[in-house]
Amino acid sequence: MAERKIRVLIAKPGLDGHDRGAKVVARALRDAGMEVIYTGLRRTPEEIVATALQEDVDVIGLSILSGAHNALFPRIMELLKEKGMDDVLVIAGGIIPQKDIPFLKKIGIAEIFLPGTSTQEIIDYIKKNVKKRA
Amino acid sequence: MFSEKELEKIRKRKEKWENGTYSESLKKLPERMEKFTTVSGREIGKLYTPLDLENLDYLKDLGFPGEYPFTRGIHPTMYRSRLWTMRQFSGFGTAEDTNRRYKYLLSQGQTGLSVAFHLPTLMGVDSDHPLAQGEIGKCGVAVDSLADMEILFDGIPLDKITTSMTINAPAAVLWAMYIAVAEKQGVSPKVISGTIQNDILKEYLAQKTFIFPPEPSMKLTIDTFEYGAKEVPRWNTISISGYHIREAGATAVQELAFTIRDGIEYVEWAIKRGLNVDDFAPRLSFFFNAHNDFFEEIAKFRAARKMWAKIMKERFNAKNPRSWWLRFHTQTSGVSLMAQQPYNNIIRVTIQALAAILGGTQSLHTNSLDETYALPSEEAVTIALRTQQILAHESGVANTIDPLGGSYFIEKLTLEIEKEAWDYIKKIDDMGGMVKAIEAGFPQKEIQDSAYWYQKAVERKEKIIVGVNEFRAEKEEEIPILYIDESVAKKQLERLKEVKKMRNKALVKQCLSDLKKAAQDEENLMPYILKAVKAYATLGEIIDSLKEIYGEYQEPITY
Repeated sequence: MAERKIRVLIAKPGLDGHDRGAKVVARALRDAGMEVIYTGLRRTPEEIVATALQEDVDVIGLSILSGAHNALFPRIMELLKEKGMDDVLVIAGGIIPQKDIPFLKKIGIAEIFLPGTSTQEIIDYIKKNVKKRA
Repeated sequence: MFSEKELEKIRKRKEKWENGTYSESLKKLPERMEKFTTVSGREIGKLYTPLDLENLDYLKDLGFPGEYPFTRGIHPTMYRSRLWTMRQFSGFGTAEDTNRRYKYLLSQGQTGLSVAFHLPTLMGVDSDHPLAQGEIGKCGVAVDSLADMEILFDGIPLDKITTSMTINAPAAVLWAMYIAVAEKQGVSPKVISGTIQNDILKEYLAQKTFIFPPEPSMKLTIDTFEYGAKEVPRWNTISISGYHIREAGATAVQELAFTIRDGIEYVEWAIKRGLNVDDFAPRLSFFFNAHNDFFEEIAKFRAARKMWAKIMKERFNAKNPRSWWLRFHTQTSGVSLMAQQPYNNIIRVTIQALAAILGGTQSLHTNSLDETYALPSEEAVTIALRTQQILAHESGVANTIDPLGGSYFIEKLTLEIEKEAWDYIKKIDDMGGMVKAIEAGFPQKEIQDSAYWYQKAVERKEKIIVGVNEFRAEKEEEIPILYIDESVAKKQLERLKEVKKMRNKALVKQCLSDLKKAAQDEENLMPYILKAVKAYATLGEIIDSLKEIYGEYQEPITY
């Protein structure tokens, strides 16, 4: 049987409309053989987690450039836990100040990719860290 | 510009040079790259000569500054009489915080204001809305009602300063607030001057801070044209923007073409409303990006002026020469700034700003070195402003008009870019216009493809970015950044609560219901919005009322 493709949800929480990065990453992951679902803009934590559950994803990539990460990411992590989705690999990218990173890692964001990251680095990271499922 | 005889002589000599001097040299010293391309992927030749300008007609294609087709500049004297306006886009935290920054910038020699609103304001939601959580004062200044706007411009004489406001979907509301503040200062709407961005089409293409579907959005925009022409005659009621289109990944040609085509769309809709083109066209303004590729950007600005003049004169039969002017603001490219070795950004900004000046911009924002991290600190924004002042007063570039005019390379590039932009415009015309093209997802797809191509080019090192994919630092230096803490949100929410308590509730209710009725009856909404803001109806309340009539736009998801 063919190996299940890695399923990734690229999600845009926050009010900003900067989707260049999210879309470039979505396309690069798709070109790397993953199944990618993109939420579209301005999704609430509830909407993101509901989509992740429904689409049965292995990875969630959060893209945010508005500065609201400290308010929105904890809520997303909390909801994932509530739904028993602790095994989903959650990564993030965007404009996120260095000083916020320790807090975000503590709540369970596995990695934060900052400006200048290549799409290959993200692909490699996902392949290495995703929890393999049957 | 050269006689046939002269060209023939040059052609022969060039062939000789190519086969002799040049080829000989190539054998010993091959070129560094197989292909030389701009940041937009345009191939650049090794040498430009009069042969590239065989079909250039000086009087027809270039002419003189202040005269049709304005390729060399819209004003007869350009910077010899008046420098460009130095206008730093600025806003953060509460209205008090930003008001202090404005006063500081003005004291440092800045000559105009430019307001950055926080995201909830851009999206037409109040600070107490659930979607505003975590966003208050982060990306700009928080404005919920007239009360915030009064503080924002406190002590700033609106009859003397011109103000640009980056606001789109809810532009009419923020403009109404500005008019109301001016009136409270005793300044008539007839004399205030400035710009609202008010360019909704590029929101669907690029920046994505849309609220309503395209049709009612266009209606609101045309309302402001109509109202402005009568009541606020010195106001630029739109800034047709390529900036965000470029930032989203477009090439220089796509930026130019989509922006100009957006401009055509607004003019068509306004004429359809029954407006006379010369009544509103002189108040249309533009906003472009100054990206890294120096010559390509200069050529883009020159081509833009020429194209718009032609469109207004020939396509729309405008008679007033002011209707032919493409007046534009420029901002240096945000996406070109790098988080790595951030001090290098000062150099990038300088080169981009120079391109804008050599391209004949009317006003300029120079980005600050720290803007990949956050809104700029006071130190960083001061360097950005000083960059403009050094270019203006020390470099000598403002001494003559269109200094690069006549360069074989620049003129050739200007012609090439113009031609490619016309091709796009034709394509969109054939699709039935920009609203139709947006609905079909055409420009969005073009932009996405360019963004992806560029990312791949960087990853393959076909494009070198200093400090990122080459010349990296062992250890990155940390720079001080502006950090907006949660006390801003607390203050803002308190003020909003206070405003809601103090105002005449019955009056607010009446204003909002009148507004809804006017929207249903397809009246010009400006007078109703003005009345509502004066009664301290909040931005969110006004926008929610309109959402009831117009609905909300849902973007088709593509990637």
